[in-house]
Amino acid sequence: MLLNFFDGLRKAGVPVSLQELLTLFSALDEGLAFASVDDFYLLARTCLVKDEKYYDRFDRAFALYFQELESLDQALEFLLPEEWLREEFRKHLSDEEKAQIETLGGLEKLIETFKERLAEQKAKHKGGNKWIGTGGTSPFGNAGYHPEGIRVGGKSENRRAVKVWEQREYRNLDDSVEIGTRNIKVALRRLRQFARAGAHEELDLDDTIRATAKNAGLLDLKMVPERHNAVKLLVFFDVGGSMDSHVKLSEELFSAVRTEFKHLEYYYFHNMLYEYVWQDNKLRHQERINTWDLLHKYGSDYKVIIVGDASMSPFEITAPGGSVDFFNEEPGAVWMKRLTDTYEKVVWLNPVKQNYWEYTHSIRLVSQLVQGRMYPLTLAGLEEAVRYLAR
Amino acid sequence: MKFTGTDRYVATDDLRMAVDAAVTLKRPLLIKGEPGTGKTMLAEEVAAALGLPLIAWHIKSTTKAQQGLYEYDAVSRLRDSQLGSDKVHDIGNYIRKGKLWEAFEAGGRCVLLIDEVDKADIEFPNDLLLELDRMEFHVYETGETVRATERPIVIITSNNEKELPDAFLRRCFFHFIKFPDRETMEDIVRVHFPDLKKNLVNEALEVFFDLREIPGLKKKPSTSELIDWLKLLLSDDLPDDILKNRDPTKAVPPLYGALLKNEQDVHLLEKLAFMARRESR
Repeated sequence: MLLNFFDGLRKAGVPVSLQELLTLFSALDEGLAFASVDDFYLLARTCLVKDEKYYDRFDRAFALYFQELESLDQALEFLLPEEWLREEFRKHLSDEEKAQIETLGGLEKLIETFKERLAEQKAKHKGGNKWIGTGGTSPFGNAGYHPEGIRVGGKSENRRAVKVWEQREYRNLDDSVEIGTRNIKVALRRLRQFARAGAHEELDLDDTIRATAKNAGLLDLKMVPERHNAVKLLVFFDVGGSMDSHVKLSEELFSAVRTEFKHLEYYYFHNMLYEYVWQDNKLRHQERINTWDLLHKYGSDYKVIIVGDASMSPFEITAPGGSVDFFNEEPGAVWMKRLTDTYEKVVWLNPVKQNYWEYTHSIRLVSQLVQGRMYPLTLAGLEEAVRYLAR
Repeated sequence: MKFTGTDRYVATDDLRMAVDAAVTLKRPLLIKGEPGTGKTMLAEEVAAALGLPLIAWHIKSTTKAQQGLYEYDAVSRLRDSQLGSDKVHDIGNYIRKGKLWEAFEAGGRCVLLIDEVDKADIEFPNDLLLELDRMEFHVYETGETVRATERPIVIITSNNEKELPDAFLRRCFFHFIKFPDRETMEDIVRVHFPDLKKNLVNEALEVFFDLREIPGLKKKPSTSELIDWLKLLLSDDLPDDILKNRDPTKAVPPLYGALLKNEQDVHLLEKLAFMARRESR
């Protein structure tokens, strides 16, 4: 009764409720998708998914269900690393070789073996004929050839099992992915909403007239929130090395909403905040600005966003002289403390994937320094950060 | 009733399924997608294809849910009472019907388009939950209940500017119109310009998809822009080879104004053209 499918969707993180499942049933009852798995796919997606950001998760769960992989748990937890499936080389098999490959028995057996091997296998694998990987002749993996294979992501080379849900076209719309050019617009809207927060109230003339008339002429004042932007923002970007591409993106992001904010100031730093920051990256050694001046110049009503990967040697945070650029009198931690003391709302946006954070010592340190207000540089992360800042 | 697109509108399989589901189960259909992919057009075409009247309710940032049901014009009534008009005794004279009321009273099925629902206040969709669910509402001033004689086909479009509340989403079917691939695009162009020469279409589509590939464009051209551009190309009677003899040093396509709506994008393209010219030297 599709209950496994329903469970699978929920486990994959698609927010479906019983109501939607019942809708699907009544749609099936009306004969909207009869005896066609493609139609069923479209119908199920229409009924069950309410936001394009879940399309990708839906596709994955659907594919899994229809390969009769019932233990979604295992397979989803075993998320395949990207490079693992990159089609770097391809084994060109002759027809004879193809003919030689025997099938390994029925589908049941394949799935069982698949699970076993998933459990056994720990490393990336390419070629060969047993392990799951790319370009091999094992029945499991990607871009290989086996008459009865199970494919794990990637493109079907032999065009045996291309289905819409396997193309994963909606991958970019998932909100847990990093902010890119595709979803930058949505990110902008989040920021824009933030910019409008915190305004005062003013008299709503139209509504007042209407309410007064309704009141048979007795004055009834109505107020509305004033439409102007009160949010002041101070942004620090970590520049240099791995951060450059992220910084470019975030700069674009913030400059696009520049006009929306009452005040928006940028400063750059390298790895960690010390006594100097700079505003022009080309003149970083000539035109440095003392961080003390900043703390005094911008009042405590500013909200602070720091964009950085926070990946460095722990000494850069904890020890004087730890900076890689110059000799710093005081450790970065002290400067961070001063920042969080001056400003009530400080968030750190980190482009590093969130599941790596706990393995990097410096990220944990920085996260403590900003009182746990570190968010991933994804749409969801940005939204959360903005929600905190606006509170 | 099956919707299969019209002679002016190409509906892909997934869109067709979504419309069919919404029509059959009589639930609202929420449509999202890039601007210019034909969200609003869909409602018009569904109405045309099924031969039903279309009632369009365009939402603005100041629109209230109540305005879709009815409005009570207290100001005129107060004025009338001061002038001693007889109309004032019947409150019904001051009730103005909204679009939803119109749709409920249409006498037979109709298509109701709620356009750009995300423009309105965040609570707007929540205020319509019951009305869309039961297709009825209560008029407080006169004490009557307005009930739909037949449930209208409701099509709601959104540009994703605001998140819509879950409770609202639960009551709708959802469809995301993705940007058409090349094949669909050819169909779309053929539907709009049946006599267009095959090679011109090919060249134009190539220019168009190339343009969409350029990273950093603020507003990528969409289907409606392509159609406008082709119209211009045709009316200008450009020689056939103007698109064919494309060399990278002239990256700015003829009559680009129809495709690019942003000054910065035009600058970007000119800069790219300049760089390409320098490289080829």
